[in-house]
Amino acid sequence: MSGYDIERLSRLIGMLPPAPAAWTRAARELPRARRELDGIVERAEADAEFRRALIADLENALRAEGVEPTTWPLLDELRRRVL
Amino acid sequence: MEAARNAREAAPRSPAALSAELSDARLVALCRGGDEDAWSTLVERFSRYVYAIATQAFRLPQQDAEDVFQEVFARVYERLDTLREDEAVRPWIAQLTRRLCIDRLRAGSREVVADTEELPDGPDEDVLAQLEEAFDVHDALARLSENCRDILDRFFARDESYRAIGDALELPAGTIASRISRCLVKLREEIGPEARPENR
Repeated sequence: MSGYDIERLSRLIGMLPPAPAAWTRAARELPRARRELDGIVERAEADAEFRRALIADLENALRAEGVEPTTWPLLDELRRRVL
Repeated sequence: MEAARNAREAAPRSPAALSAELSDARLVALCRGGDEDAWSTLVERFSRYVYAIATQAFRLPQQDAEDVFQEVFARVYERLDTLREDEAVRPWIAQLTRRLCIDRLRAGSREVVADTEELPDGPDEDVLAQLEEAFDVHDALARLSENCRDILDRFFARDESYRAIGDALELPAGTIASRISRCLVKLREEIGPEARPENR
């Protein structure tokens, strides 16, 4: 049998394995990360001391805000907007 | 009857069930309206596709593939408002992924072979075509019962052994092969003869 025989179906199912769980988790969390980013940028614009802390050590300043920088998907954008 | 429908509508649905019920266009509209569950569903619906394009069609190493993957979803999230036709989200995501993979390959080749004019290998077009078919098959898979969906996905896409599947689904390992066969037949019926490649 040609077309969608069982063997072909099996192979096509196997062509789309799940992406690593951490990748999809980070992508799912984009809306929350976006809100956090906007909040951090807004605060950095209003609070000079906070802005200095971000510039001096971005990752630790984020941790102090409860944001884990190693898994946070918008770190590069924050750098662009604040540093 | 009304009460039963209300109860069904109020009951929490699994992401897979929600994903199967919503058209691409409806999902995009919900995401645009700020529905975060819909965004999670959109990520679930397209994450395997983006991952497969990057790693199978473009053969990007894992670190580059991860960067592309995150950039694709960041751009989709940011630019959903610019999508002209909501039902065209799949080709839009595919095109975005291909473009970012090409950028990544070019950037890599500039670093590695700065003194030659060699261009990086493009995508494997056969693989890209097969991934489109694979996406359609997974779409049909999402419409099957949860049992069938789970067992076929675990065996073929997650590469789990009979024993692992039996343990996870609390089924005797000896029954797994026959269930897989039955579910593959149901999947083929779900796709229907009109969708078979020779009839296209």
